[in-house]
Amino acid sequence: MKWGVVRFPGSLDEGETVFALREVLGQEASILWHKDEQLYGAQCVVLPGGFSYGDYLRCGAIARFSPIMRSVTKFAAEGGLVIGICNGFQILCEAHLLPGALTRNRSLSFICDRVNVRVENARTPFTCAAAAGEVMRLPIKHGEGRYVAPEESIREIEERGQVLLRYVDAAGVEKDEANPNGSMHSIAGVANERFNVFGLMPHPEHAAEKMLGGEDGLKIFRSVIESVR
Amino acid sequence: MQVRVYVTPRKGILDPQGRAVEGALKSLGFSGVSGVHVGRYIVLEIEAASQAAAEEAVKKMCDQLLANPLIEDYRFEVERG
Repeated sequence: MKWGVVRFPGSLDEGETVFALREVLGQEASILWHKDEQLYGAQCVVLPGGFSYGDYLRCGAIARFSPIMRSVTKFAAEGGLVIGICNGFQILCEAHLLPGALTRNRSLSFICDRVNVRVENARTPFTCAAAAGEVMRLPIKHGEGRYVAPEESIREIEERGQVLLRYVDAAGVEKDEANPNGSMHSIAGVANERFNVFGLMPHPEHAAEKMLGGEDGLKIFRSVIESVR
Repeated sequence: MQVRVYVTPRKGILDPQGRAVEGALKSLGFSGVSGVHVGRYIVLEIEAASQAAAEEAVKKMCDQLLANPLIEDYRFEVERG
């Protein structure tokens, strides 16, 4: 299938995302330029990690107004699949394509680590290749990853099963020590109400090969491939 | 006209930065300190037909870009320069 990976000024992970899709999974993947409004037939658009526009003002706040985001918003409204990873997740929240916001880590430190996340809902285009309750080991690297949303909104997204990934310990148990950044309800990844837009702080593209420490991230991309097939 | 916008973390949202600064102030011996929050201060010049028009424009700027109403509160002052 065809993937489009957006490059904003300050994006960092678009190359590795394209590598994972193209070289590891044999997909057709290309870079989309932020000033372009064309999606060139992409069936799934990925907003990658990085520091778009230097993270000025708030992470993702300025990238949200890039010309390409007009097309991404329209694409999402038509049911198109969109994944935001790390900075991409922040952009999707700022663009109101996902509920909530990502704020400074509770420790105030930039965290570069591997974490365990539990698949909370496996009936979505982003998680269908995994099993519900399955624990994946994925890298994180962020300073602003603490997911927050108003209490009533958290209640709604929990009830609708929009929380797709949650930080847990190696045994799959949710606990405060396993929550790296202080996210509400240990939320690591969340989808929109229609389940066609997904944002997550961990980096599946950095967990795409065994020699680089694991390949659990491929399950996210494989899910999308299966759901489109 | 000169505009000064003050953006602060929304009440009830954990503000680790404010908490860290508060801890530092206390360790310096300022024992009576509480309620420390760290925000943003934005200044800008705007041309507008009237004070009301300027205020309306600044409110839109805040809602659309300068603040994220989910996590931040804002207030602003417009002054004839």
